[in-house]
Amino acid sequence: MPYIPHTEDEVAAMLGRIGADSIDDLFDEIPTELLISELNGVPEALSEQEISRMMRTRAAQDHGALCFIGAGAYEHHIPAPVWDIATRGEFYSAYTPYQAEASQGTLQTIYEYQTMMASLTGMDVSNASLYDGASSLAEASLMAVRANRKSKSLRVLLAAGVNQIYQGVASAIAGEQGLTFDRLPVDVNSGSTDLGAPKEQGDAPVAVVIQQPSFLGTYEDVDTLTDWAHEQGALVIAIVNPTSLAVLNAPGDWGSNGADIACGEGQALGVPLSSGGPYFGIMACKEKIVRQMPGRIVGRTTDLDGNPGFTLTLQAREQHIRRTKATSNICTNQGLMVTAATIYMSLLGPAGLARVALTSQQQTTKLIDLLASIPGVEKAFDAPHFHEAVIRFDRPVAPVLEALAKRDVLGGLDLSQNYPELGNALLLCATETKTDEDLETYRSALADVLAQENMGDA
Amino acid sequence: MSEQLIFERSRSGRMAAAQVPTPASDDGIPAAMRRQDAPILPQVSELQAVRHYTRLSQQNFSIDTHFYPLGSCTMKYNPRICNSLALLPGFAGRHPLGPESHGQGFLACMYDLQEMLAAVTGMEEFSLTPMAGAQGELAGVAMIRAYHVANGNEERDEIIVPDAAHGTNPATATMCGCKVKEIATGPDGDVDIEALKATLGPNTAGIMLTNPSTLGVFERRIMEISELVHDAGGLLYYDGANLNAILGKARPGDMGFDVIHLNLHKTFSTPHGGGGPGSGAVGVGETLKPFLPVPVVGKGKRKGEDYYHWLTETELPQSIGRLSGFMGNAGVLLRAYVYMRLVGRDGMRRIAEFATLNANYLEKRLKEAGFELAFPARRASHEFIVTLKNEAKELQVNAMDFAKALLDKGFHAPTTYFPLLVPECLLIEPTESETKEMVDRFVDALVEIREEAKTDAEQVKGAPYTTPVRRLDDVKAARQLDLVWHPGAPSD
Repeated sequence: MPYIPHTEDEVAAMLGRIGADSIDDLFDEIPTELLISELNGVPEALSEQEISRMMRTRAAQDHGALCFIGAGAYEHHIPAPVWDIATRGEFYSAYTPYQAEASQGTLQTIYEYQTMMASLTGMDVSNASLYDGASSLAEASLMAVRANRKSKSLRVLLAAGVNQIYQGVASAIAGEQGLTFDRLPVDVNSGSTDLGAPKEQGDAPVAVVIQQPSFLGTYEDVDTLTDWAHEQGALVIAIVNPTSLAVLNAPGDWGSNGADIACGEGQALGVPLSSGGPYFGIMACKEKIVRQMPGRIVGRTTDLDGNPGFTLTLQAREQHIRRTKATSNICTNQGLMVTAATIYMSLLGPAGLARVALTSQQQTTKLIDLLASIPGVEKAFDAPHFHEAVIRFDRPVAPVLEALAKRDVLGGLDLSQNYPELGNALLLCATETKTDEDLETYRSALADVLAQENMGDA
Repeated sequence: MSEQLIFERSRSGRMAAAQVPTPASDDGIPAAMRRQDAPILPQVSELQAVRHYTRLSQQNFSIDTHFYPLGSCTMKYNPRICNSLALLPGFAGRHPLGPESHGQGFLACMYDLQEMLAAVTGMEEFSLTPMAGAQGELAGVAMIRAYHVANGNEERDEIIVPDAAHGTNPATATMCGCKVKEIATGPDGDVDIEALKATLGPNTAGIMLTNPSTLGVFERRIMEISELVHDAGGLLYYDGANLNAILGKARPGDMGFDVIHLNLHKTFSTPHGGGGPGSGAVGVGETLKPFLPVPVVGKGKRKGEDYYHWLTETELPQSIGRLSGFMGNAGVLLRAYVYMRLVGRDGMRRIAEFATLNANYLEKRLKEAGFELAFPARRASHEFIVTLKNEAKELQVNAMDFAKALLDKGFHAPTTYFPLLVPECLLIEPTESETKEMVDRFVDALVEIREEAKTDAEQVKGAPYTTPVRRLDDVKAARQLDLVWHPGAPSD
């Protein structure tokens, strides 16, 4: 019996001790009409060898393409020690550190993570993570409503560069409590928020959200936006890419007073792309609003002998204590992902992470320069970018992407549905994992596709 | 015993050089955007990092190292193969926005998983996107609300929750903008039907139930409850935290539940990871199908072959929307899928059978050893509750002291002080993975602790002694917040 250790003799002995004739007797409190005799719809068991062969075949189906898609999930090199250590059973198969004395490994790792994340974001404190980047915006928005006692508004205003999926997720989660989300227009020339457009439509917002770098890979004028938001009495929520924070101004330094909350997707820090998860959400804030922060938080304290140790703290905010009055219903964090990210950041250090950021930025620059040399392709913005950029075709994007995919080049994300104002636009990304040869592969595939299409042979 | 912080091993200029690329230049970031002070990240060698985190891992109790009978958390063995197959390069390297043409292998697994989860729960359709149990709950209650609103019953905003429920249930209802109506549990551990009847009304949106409940007993009048709630115009929500107890034996769909979330990290053995990631897949019956969160995986034909594709807002316009940036915790879902295929049809039933056998055996042995059961007249499900109120009164040694003393005996503690309505309780869930001799040793350990308490209560109250740290000052942790290390701060 897979994963069940009982011998027949033991079963007999245990039933005897219980005073039951059979295992079925142990289910005698379930009404008989509810008991089922057979489970249809689940296949017979496979052996480890059989399932391995099947999964290898399936994984191979999805493998081998050169991927230039970013859009919130980034392919970076993951040093070998990261998952070797993160999947040690002591990390992998432990649970939430309720028994602190038996969980110091997880707790200290989270404390170190909190330190790294607070420093990267320029915030005072960090929690132990949320589910992912998109849901971190929902939680940050709800937190802002609790923390901004001066405002009665439930309106959250997004800069143009905020990921539209994040807006949808925040709306699905926080909309249930009446929060509304709307956004400032994009300047189609720079790809950043149009600061000239009138901003004072509707109620004064409870919070203004700024994503840096923007979803389109460009830079927002974070200082101006931050100060403007604070003048309106709004809190500022920063959505960050942690890799970029090795080289970019931290949200804590934005404008005169800095952002109040930083959130975002942590995946870039050593977590595989894995079709979208598990990733982890970043959440950091100024100390004065820490009691409004959702999720697990680890603190350093002392034990009975006066020695330092770590424990979950500020639990009075949480669902298992406060129930209906909790800051969130969140129970788990993404512990294993945070363990991996902490090891990743330790291996790279400040200089290594900066090198990853710079190399990614430079490879993306090279890539769009190469692609823009092809007739029918142009750069969409006359503005600097981080490690993503937008190009524009002289024809619809979808068929081009499809033709590239047939050549095993995943060319980027088609923006034409969600950003019609940008035309036939494509968002693409190259990180340090893309060599100059890879960039050339993309260029020649694209040149080939566009030339074939021109001859009516697409 | 304690391990230095990684920052204290840091030396300016040290680096794990094999791990970092060399950029062509230092250019590319506009000067005005450029960060002035480097972030506080460690500057250590690869060996230092490996040694530090390996040593930290050794300070944890885990399933792989210790019996971990944490009630309501189903800490069963996590087969290693589930992890290795989920991390195959084709799966681990696949971009979430990659085209369907380059994701057929992954999508096939997800489609099969949806189908299998529907089969074991008796629901119609599943969405895999919720990233944890609590998010599954949120999806479930949001669907119930969306259903009532779509039917013009905006006023139905009351969610009924038994007092024994997990804290996430009432917290979720609040997050969904609902009012929580708590109902009492009867002395036998079942829901108080009269209290339920008194609470049902024209504003009832639904009820959230865990069955078997967090008290470790099966809700025997579930069919009556189901009829009462439906007659009142409400829907039934099944919290799947305890599905392990009835897997392959009885199905929530047959009990009349309209929506269910599963904790794949419990029942289907994906790793708990020191607090996550979880996965909270949601299943629905006919009524709530249109409201499922997206994306969902669909199956069609292309050139005569099966072809898997995403169903999104376009196909499900009444969906409650998206709950994650992409499609949820895909890697967790892959691990659950592998586990289900390894266990297979017959294995599903055996999980419930042997989890229940271990729990009832352990319960019986503790009862014979003189411990008081919270519900002695009831059959244990896959878990049960011992109350140590007598020990607390007579020996001045409470449930927390027993929990800490267990750590010194090499056992992770059961869940303590939950459910809140049983005083000085231990909620004990051995799972099907454990051997009889391990269960026997656990009983011996609890008996020994009680004996030690009779002779030297102070000794027990001082436990643990063998862990890297002794009992920690939680009050100090909350009052003198120390959440991040600062350079120059006192070292460990």
